[in-house]
Amino acid sequence: MAEFLIETIGLPSWLAWTAVAAVAAFLILNVIAGGALVFIWAERKIAARIQDRLGPTRTGGRFGWLQSLADGIKLLAKEDLMPDGADGMLFRLAPYVSFCASFCAFIALPFAFDVVGLRLNVGVFFVVAVLGLEVFGVILAGYASASKWSLFGAMREAAQVVSYEVPLGMCVVVPVMLAGSMDLVTIAEKQAGWLTNWYIFHDPFTFVIFWVYYTCAVASVNRAPFDLAEAESELVAGFHTEYSGLRWSFFFMAEYGSMFLVSALAAVLFLGGWNGPVPIASLLGWSDGSSLSAPYAVRLLGCANLMGKATAGVLVMMWIRWTLPRLRIDQVMTTCLKYCTPIAALMFAGVMLWQLFLPGGLVPGSRHQAAAVREAWLEGRGDRVPSTNVPLGVVPATSRQVVGVSQ
Amino acid sequence: MSQLLDDDQRIIEFDVRTDEMLVNMGPQHPSTHGVLRLVLRTDGEIVSEMEPHIGYLHRCAEKIGENLTARQWIPYTDRMDYLAAMNMNLGWSLAVEKLLRYEVSEKARHLRVLIAELNRIASHLVGMGAYGLDLGTFSPFLYAFREREKILDLFEEACGARLTYSYITVGGLTADLPPGWLERCEQFLDQFEPVIREYHTLLTTNAIFVKRTAGIGVLSPEMAIDYGCTGPVLRGSGVDIDLRRDGESIYTAMYDGYAFEVAVMKDGHYPRDHEYPAVPTDAVLGDCWHRFFVRMLEVVQSMDLVRQAIDRYSQCKGPLGEPLKLAEKLPAGDAYLETECPKGQMGFYLVSEGAAIPWRVRARSSSFSNLAVAPELCRGCLIADVPAVVGSLDIVMGEIDR
Amino acid sequence: MQGSDFVGQLEAAVPGAVVGQTMEAIDPWLEIAPEKLLETCRWLKESCGIKFDGLQCITAVDWCEPDPKKAAKVSWEPHTELVYHLWSTASRASLVLKTKLPRWQNDEPGQIPEVASVTSVWRGADWHEREVYDLSGVNFVGHPDLRRILCPEDWEGYPLRKDYVMPLEYHGMRGR
Repeated sequence: MAEFLIETIGLPSWLAWTAVAAVAAFLILNVIAGGALVFIWAERKIAARIQDRLGPTRTGGRFGWLQSLADGIKLLAKEDLMPDGADGMLFRLAPYVSFCASFCAFIALPFAFDVVGLRLNVGVFFVVAVLGLEVFGVILAGYASASKWSLFGAMREAAQVVSYEVPLGMCVVVPVMLAGSMDLVTIAEKQAGWLTNWYIFHDPFTFVIFWVYYTCAVASVNRAPFDLAEAESELVAGFHTEYSGLRWSFFFMAEYGSMFLVSALAAVLFLGGWNGPVPIASLLGWSDGSSLSAPYAVRLLGCANLMGKATAGVLVMMWIRWTLPRLRIDQVMTTCLKYCTPIAALMFAGVMLWQLFLPGGLVPGSRHQAAAVREAWLEGRGDRVPSTNVPLGVVPATSRQVVGVSQ
Repeated sequence: MSQLLDDDQRIIEFDVRTDEMLVNMGPQHPSTHGVLRLVLRTDGEIVSEMEPHIGYLHRCAEKIGENLTARQWIPYTDRMDYLAAMNMNLGWSLAVEKLLRYEVSEKARHLRVLIAELNRIASHLVGMGAYGLDLGTFSPFLYAFREREKILDLFEEACGARLTYSYITVGGLTADLPPGWLERCEQFLDQFEPVIREYHTLLTTNAIFVKRTAGIGVLSPEMAIDYGCTGPVLRGSGVDIDLRRDGESIYTAMYDGYAFEVAVMKDGHYPRDHEYPAVPTDAVLGDCWHRFFVRMLEVVQSMDLVRQAIDRYSQCKGPLGEPLKLAEKLPAGDAYLETECPKGQMGFYLVSEGAAIPWRVRARSSSFSNLAVAPELCRGCLIADVPAVVGSLDIVMGEIDR
Repeated sequence: MQGSDFVGQLEAAVPGAVVGQTMEAIDPWLEIAPEKLLETCRWLKESCGIKFDGLQCITAVDWCEPDPKKAAKVSWEPHTELVYHLWSTASRASLVLKTKLPRWQNDEPGQIPEVASVTSVWRGADWHEREVYDLSGVNFVGHPDLRRILCPEDWEGYPLRKDYVMPLEYHGMRGR
């Protein structure tokens, strides 16, 4: 698009790139904000159904579909309160820090093959690192609120998120190891083809590690049963006790944004990214051979696939939240350090050994088929595939890397 | 200059020390069951000391009682344990009847059992649901309220009120049941029975629930008795006392001929425990889990009692009998009676010097004594355990503050 | 519940404790001398055959100075009466103790009467005694933490006394 602006319209290159960045940012922002609206509505309806209620029924005519918007207007109209003893600047800053962290992480998230804000060769690392920044907003909020409950919430959040980064990191490394790249786009591409090509079904160890990842993801975005930072029956509302109106809603946008993000990341890393369970595009002949005959349709399909998977992940989080009681802080830490971390480490070793001794899977040839489909895809998009995809130390038989180092 | 340096050094030393923090939980807090204020002295997440402050809902019920006749005070008993108002009405009515040496008709006796036990189910449902809420799960609360709503509908049909009934009164009940009520009540019991299994799945056997409650807030039987704890709190500690069986004769006569087993663990077994989920291995007798489980068992027990009461009530042919006059003269003297209410043993004491208006009225609240033991249970636990412990005592502030 | 032999045992264990008894009342009761109360309670809990290990309730009943016009009709001397309801969890026996205190210590209005606290016998007595102190104005000597419990700490007067007059105003709020 930037080339188009520079060459066809003749804009100066700095302006063209700024415009492109602005468009991308706008789109991602809409994904977050729109997503939050939809998810808040969905959460209300799902919670209601789980609890044998109806939930919103009237706002917007039917199904209460405008409920989130009505909530938004209510929040806008609310008085903006700040406690007397609060540290004004930090108090105001905190929601934006949280929100920005969640927002920034979306930059590197690929929605479909070409639909990515910025293709980074260290995408996984970037997303996990930036998402970890969200905790700063929470700590700032807790510290600046001048409320003991908020402080408790912030300390819990800090302890919890920092601990859960460890197993989360271990889980994330597994697909990186399998794909031989930290590029999210490459990782997703390598899972093209049938359902069996997804990394979750790669071997028993990845299957286990997917669930460990999901548990840690739920914990790292503060959802029940790990929502200790805002445990309403203990800490009133935890870190956002003193927030009201729009600032409070920023925390919520950040929370729903991160929920979506970790689910999308799960989809990219383990569930084939934008590749559906059935390679419809190749079966229909849209992407075989040398060119994509219907590139936009394929991309839209990819987006829908990824969004669908991520949404499913979010819905499962909601389901969990409305079913289970909350854990205690020491139990949360036990879960992390005594269960998640060792299991993740063990599974990591397992995947490594599997790759060494059974790189082709249990049924010889079954993966070859899938690999062929993928190869065709990659070759067809040859002009687009950057050299980062061809790592050092190639194992040509299956093109799957045991230990790959990008570039 | 040197002094400044000294100061600095002291400040550096001071900074690494951790301080205890005083935290006010309540009176406006989501999980203190009303306007209870708990002052916690915490060291990090650990509560080193907890002190309840009560009185935010004090409405001078006892003083008001000194200015009203015995029957006129019935609505004030409603507002004590407002979740089990029928049982409160019953307790006061029986205490006055004890002073008057009055005996209600057979039909009224069975109807009282029916109504009181139905209200016990409703009260335990709230206790169970709110306990789930304390532990951070919202759904069981609504499941409990769904069923409680049906009980309230039944009560509304019988007496016109949904919360403060004033139905049971001195000398009987204010009205008989409307036609068809017994069938609707049986219908409710039939559909309610399988629902209890849902509750067991959602809470009693839920792994996280067990982790949060088993072994937490262990109350030894000796301490329970010493503090005057009663009801499910006492039985949860394995003390086999239920006033419906062990109380004074005027109260036990009401349950004459009714078959029920006290919900208490004896020799490591609850009555009919093969029908219920097994006791988790890490649960200790007297902990939050056992207190909760005793309540769940009492729901089933009360269902049995309601069924028996329906049987007996429908066999009674005679009239229900009229309640006593609004300004019935009380004989000089005093009477104290405790009854088994859902929250524990509720005692009413009245002193009369011969007028229709009692000289002194006293309500001995079960939640009051049950809450008094909470500081002992919370010493050294985590902040998250405080709602778990206080919730397991199932207190109602209206009854504590009166 | 309690026969004359029980009273005899109590007399033998704590001489001079029982100053009156009424067996024909609905709840038969013993009147205990206030200065022997603590000793009696300790004996009842620890040494007597039926161990009264539970304290159900402490009540203060205010028998006030009657109105001059009605004075001829009333049968009581002005006093504050403390009623202790005890029970035994093992035998389910119950016992009522009453003890008479002056309305005001040394007949000086404003000086609340004193009696020994039984918190050392039953820990559950703690809150009950605080409540009696708060609402009826009895000073329990030896209580670990005798503060108002239901009323605010700066409340004045003892509301459950018959001659109590509600204050006109409390912190700017109208009382009457």
